[in-house]
Amino acid sequence: MRAQTADKLATAFFYAGAGLVVIILVGLIGYILYHGASSIDWSFITSPPQNLSPGGGVGPQIFNSFYLLFLTMLITVPVGLLAGIYLAEFAKPGKVTESIRLSIETLTSLPSIVVGLFGLLIFVNLTGWGYSLMSGALALTVINLPLMVRISEEAIRNVPVELREGSLALGATRWQTVWKVVIPSAFLSILTGTIITAGRVFGEAAALLFTAGMSSPPLNFNQWDILSPASPWNPFRPAETLAVHIWKVNSESLIPDVRRVADGSAAILVLVVLLFNITARWLGRRIHKKLTAQ
Amino acid sequence: MERTAESVGVWRAAKKFKRKSDLFGRNLSFLCALTVIILTLSIVVFISSKGLSTFLVNKVSLGEFLFSTEWFPDRGAAEGGPKVGALTFIFGSVATSLLAVLISAPLSLITAVFMVEIAPGWGQRILQPTIELLSGIPSVVYGYIGLSVLVPFIREHLGGLGFSLLAGVLVLSVMVIPTIVSVSVDSLRSLPGHLKEAAYALGSTRWQTIRLVLLPAARTGLITGIILGLARAFGEALAVQMVIGNTRKIAHSLLDPTITLTSGITMDMGYTAAGSLWNNTLWSMALVLLLMSFFFILLIKMVVKRGAVK
Repeated sequence: MRAQTADKLATAFFYAGAGLVVIILVGLIGYILYHGASSIDWSFITSPPQNLSPGGGVGPQIFNSFYLLFLTMLITVPVGLLAGIYLAEFAKPGKVTESIRLSIETLTSLPSIVVGLFGLLIFVNLTGWGYSLMSGALALTVINLPLMVRISEEAIRNVPVELREGSLALGATRWQTVWKVVIPSAFLSILTGTIITAGRVFGEAAALLFTAGMSSPPLNFNQWDILSPASPWNPFRPAETLAVHIWKVNSESLIPDVRRVADGSAAILVLVVLLFNITARWLGRRIHKKLTAQ
Repeated sequence: MERTAESVGVWRAAKKFKRKSDLFGRNLSFLCALTVIILTLSIVVFISSKGLSTFLVNKVSLGEFLFSTEWFPDRGAAEGGPKVGALTFIFGSVATSLLAVLISAPLSLITAVFMVEIAPGWGQRILQPTIELLSGIPSVVYGYIGLSVLVPFIREHLGGLGFSLLAGVLVLSVMVIPTIVSVSVDSLRSLPGHLKEAAYALGSTRWQTIRLVLLPAARTGLITGIILGLARAFGEALAVQMVIGNTRKIAHSLLDPTITLTSGITMDMGYTAAGSLWNNTLWSMALVLLLMSFFFILLIKMVVKRGAVK
């Protein structure tokens, strides 16, 4: 009977451990959303922050976060997708392929602050751009790229061989097959992966302190000259994102309503991450349905 | 269809174009894959060249940097000159990440086993998204919760300032859970089914099967997960910086504030002049972080190699 008792005890133990992890998550998200709910309103979402007096919002920070994400994806997706295509379709075992894989592994495990410092050296100082959206986007690309390559490679590998054979048999070249047959059938999986990646970089802050900067110039949303420093669309202006803002108001801010601003910003950040996650999950279920229906 | 000279020409041209676009696509994709190598190499080269200048330009000895706790980066010559012993920072990083993994590894392994072996459907349906969400929550949010909940709690109930090694460890231990769980789950899922069947056929209980058969068989993957968790904890910057206190002293108890490599860099990088000794030392700390992530990769490779032989 001793073995049976131990088994029952162990099972209870596993339930408790897994339960604890769920409680931690529910506690975290519940806390953030509960506290954030009271400080989020329309003026908080749209108005600029205050330096010394209460009542500021995070409008420019929200805009910066999304714009930076867009710029990052504009670079990451094509490069990552093509690199994934190379690894899945063309790479032959050998020194070069091995180095590519080792590099991906290295980039994945680099602390983001090290990537931020690299960005400071190259994109901020060497190019002369200074703290700018472009520097931030390139630093985030470095963080994002290995994940994007992996996602694309795996999605492409999962496309059945018969599809390729059919296309090649019809006289299509390798590249035509990849571009017109393989990529379209891997599209949904790649999209799902991309959305998950996007959710991750949305909250990134350590790499941005030294690349996109910790402040935003006053923005004029009616200024459409893309090179004007007041134009929100100027990719060469400094930009503080929502995640960086949370860090900054907590560590060096003088505003009296720090708690309200931090609570609201954290809630928005978590909501956006949740939104990305749910979208990806929904897409994933559609892929599953499509595959099982075949 | 009869082939006139003209149609043959068109056909040839089309074929040539096809071959060209084929080559173009292949080269373009190769170029993008090469970008990954170029990026990695340039990160290593640039961080190393900046990080080594503490030793090559300022002539600080490696021993002083690694093993001394004397941290006076801007002390004038009259008071004994500057000292840049970074042991406090290194010790802080090692202590926080090791202790964090010590807490989260058992919890994560329990969760992983639960998901793969015990969870009746619903457990898995709830836990899988839970883990994914935990890994998606931004690190500043973890830091902020630590700052607004954990720090006051420690201050009121355990003593001290609240900003402490303990606060850093607890925040990190939650952040590391998803990393360890997801790698462990993959490893447990990939075990061949006959292992479990054989154990049950011999009359083992579920706990015996898990403890004596499944966990040892998945050992390589589990250890890899733990090392990856350790690496993540070691490199995490802002969440730790927000709760650990950032005092440049070695913590003598869990309730003392201290500092880590990452939080030290975060605090001072913006305020020191490029090329100064202080600034160079910060780059050397970044180099230590870089070398540590190489060390972790190497460690994982060794574990995997060992696991494969047996």
